[in-house]
Amino acid sequence: MADGAPVTRVELARALRDAGFTALLTFGLLLPLIGFQTVTDFRNNLIVIARWPLLFAIVAIVGAGRLAFSLAVEPRLKQRKLRPIAAAPSPWHAAVAKWFGPFAIGFVIVYPPLVIALNGFGGAVKWIDNFGIQILIYVMLGWGLNIVVGLAGLLDLGYVAFYAVGAYSYALLAKTFGFSFWLLLPLSGILSSFWGVLLGFPVLRLRGDYLAIVTLAFGEIIRLVIINWVDLTNGYAGITGIPRPTLFGIPFTADDDGFAAVFGLEFSPLYRVIFLYYIILSLAFLTAFVTVRLRRLPVGRAWEALREDEIACRSLGINTTNTKLTAFAMGAMFAGFAGSFFATRQGFISPESFTFLESATILSIVVLGGMGSQIGVAIAAIVMIGGTEIMRELDFLKQIFGPTFDPTQYRMLLFGFAMVLIMIWRPRGLIATREPSVFLKERKSISADLIGEGHG
Amino acid sequence: MEVFLQQLINGITLGSIYGLIAIGYTMVFGIIGMVNFAHGDLFMVSAFIALIAFLILTTWLGIASIALALFIVLIVAMLFTSLVNWVIERVAYRPLRGSFRLAPLISAIGMSIFLSNFVQVSQGPRNKPIPPMVQGEFVLLTRNDYAVTLSYKQLIIWGVTAVLLAAFWYLVAKTKLGRAQRACEQDQKMAALVGVDVDRTISMTFVIAAALAAVAGTMYLMYYGVVTFSDGFVPGVKAFTAAVLGGIGSLPGAVIGGILIGLIETMWSAYFSIDYKDVAAFSVLAITLIFLPQGLFGRPDVEKV
Repeated sequence: MADGAPVTRVELARALRDAGFTALLTFGLLLPLIGFQTVTDFRNNLIVIARWPLLFAIVAIVGAGRLAFSLAVEPRLKQRKLRPIAAAPSPWHAAVAKWFGPFAIGFVIVYPPLVIALNGFGGAVKWIDNFGIQILIYVMLGWGLNIVVGLAGLLDLGYVAFYAVGAYSYALLAKTFGFSFWLLLPLSGILSSFWGVLLGFPVLRLRGDYLAIVTLAFGEIIRLVIINWVDLTNGYAGITGIPRPTLFGIPFTADDDGFAAVFGLEFSPLYRVIFLYYIILSLAFLTAFVTVRLRRLPVGRAWEALREDEIACRSLGINTTNTKLTAFAMGAMFAGFAGSFFATRQGFISPESFTFLESATILSIVVLGGMGSQIGVAIAAIVMIGGTEIMRELDFLKQIFGPTFDPTQYRMLLFGFAMVLIMIWRPRGLIATREPSVFLKERKSISADLIGEGHG
Repeated sequence: MEVFLQQLINGITLGSIYGLIAIGYTMVFGIIGMVNFAHGDLFMVSAFIALIAFLILTTWLGIASIALALFIVLIVAMLFTSLVNWVIERVAYRPLRGSFRLAPLISAIGMSIFLSNFVQVSQGPRNKPIPPMVQGEFVLLTRNDYAVTLSYKQLIIWGVTAVLLAAFWYLVAKTKLGRAQRACEQDQKMAALVGVDVDRTISMTFVIAAALAAVAGTMYLMYYGVVTFSDGFVPGVKAFTAAVLGGIGSLPGAVIGGILIGLIETMWSAYFSIDYKDVAAFSVLAITLIFLPQGLFGRPDVEKV
């Protein structure tokens, strides 16, 4: 107890009953899939083996956890509810809000040299590539989708289709015609937004969940076509040997005319990684900048008005179809940029990279971050993608659970679990308040409860 | 003609499975207006529960009678899957009821990712094949060396689906619970005012949806004899297509939609190209939503200001 009061017998009995019930429920839930395991025996038959120790260990942990929660945590929560709510936010809070953006921008710019200084030349590749570039791709995709979902309020579950169009446009055009990355980058953006308009046109009179499902269907159709149109896309096998980007024609190779040789440096794969890092960083900044500027243009205001109330928009004479199409095309264009960057970074693409799971990941980043909030989306991308990447690094767990324990297996498990938890904890996303782009007399941030729900 | 007849039989079988899953989507959407994304994965979980129950019954307990084993498997799968869905509703959806519209959808997507990865981690990523449960078939007619057959397992699927649908129709149309469900569907606040326990009714809806998904899962396992952790997504989307095609919220619509989707899929595979059969199903989804959003039996969605 928080204030040292003894636990009464009634409370103890209730806590024990709750713990017993929770343990029983856990037992029932886990009995089939944790209690038993299907394995293939030496005659290649499927047999089932029991895992009682594991099952009972988990049940005991859950039961004990529930008991501890009702005895130790719940009384405190109750007390906290009784306490009056603090009146004004502290000045510290305001200072953080004001300086966070510039600090974050500065940090991402100096991130590669910082990592090299800390980890040395050899260890830096992993940190810049797996964490820096990987997270920035998702930040950019999140910001792109934010235009569609966060600003225009159109729920899009097939966003990855445009990412795929961008990636395949770059890969196919670069391999067939030998065009350079810098020419194809805008071209794949244009192609993606063309597909955005093409797919958007018939579906945009749908609303809400229906729109989400149709976009999901289109996303899957594009993926299935990529898989089955083997002549063009090489199907499941994917496209290999996609040209890498060059710095004004200087390739990042170990050759005599490669980057390292031209500048008289010792060859290292790190240069290309740093180069790619700054490309995706500038692409992400471009996305953010365009979004921020667009919000102030008539079209951006129309998007936000559309999100709040479509019927009111229509009665005020806004062409809702065109407004929605521009949002769709904008979002698709940035996905196309990100896609062509992805293709050139990997050098290899296959339909495996463009599954529904990717769309769900990007959408969850946007919603978890707080729809419409740029910083929120970036934070959500760092938490969700960085968090799952960190799971690869937890080798010390092998010492606890034995050498066969592989933390990477649990990545997506925890990812799904985190999505549910964050939604329950903050249904409006991490950053739920919004700065209005148009205001009367005085700028006030809007509480989440007042923001419309995007019935588009 | 013979090919057509055979595909008709196969399509109705597949469609029955889709129809059973589709009822889960349509009921949940009807009552709380949410697309339960995890429903397809719940179906996959139920197939795994059925698989484990079947293996325990046949290899550990040595039950030789397939009919008895299948019956027990069906009951066990329904019980455990209902429990799973009951907990999912309590943990992942109930706290978000009345919250903003995207929150339950994201929570459901998270749950879907969680369920499929949970099965992958706990049971392994490989395909799980079992020896055929039911063998044998009726030959309906033979012409030009092409025999149109109706296998016993197809007959079982038809029979089980028909019996369960009848029981289920009775539940919704004639019992107190069904009345409460229909009341909540129309107006939750008003239903609560006249004494309907809304929370309990919604929980029961999830339980019924899960039980029907478990039937579908058991039938799927029996029909194909193999299941893997990623088997939830595509049947889930197709069943959702069926629910939309039949008119979301309409129960007979879900079953008829399921059978139509099953037929479209098998006919497409037989006459056009098997590679694009999923494309056909997804196209039906898109075309229905664009041109007939209320589906075949649904009420048109009236836009209120």
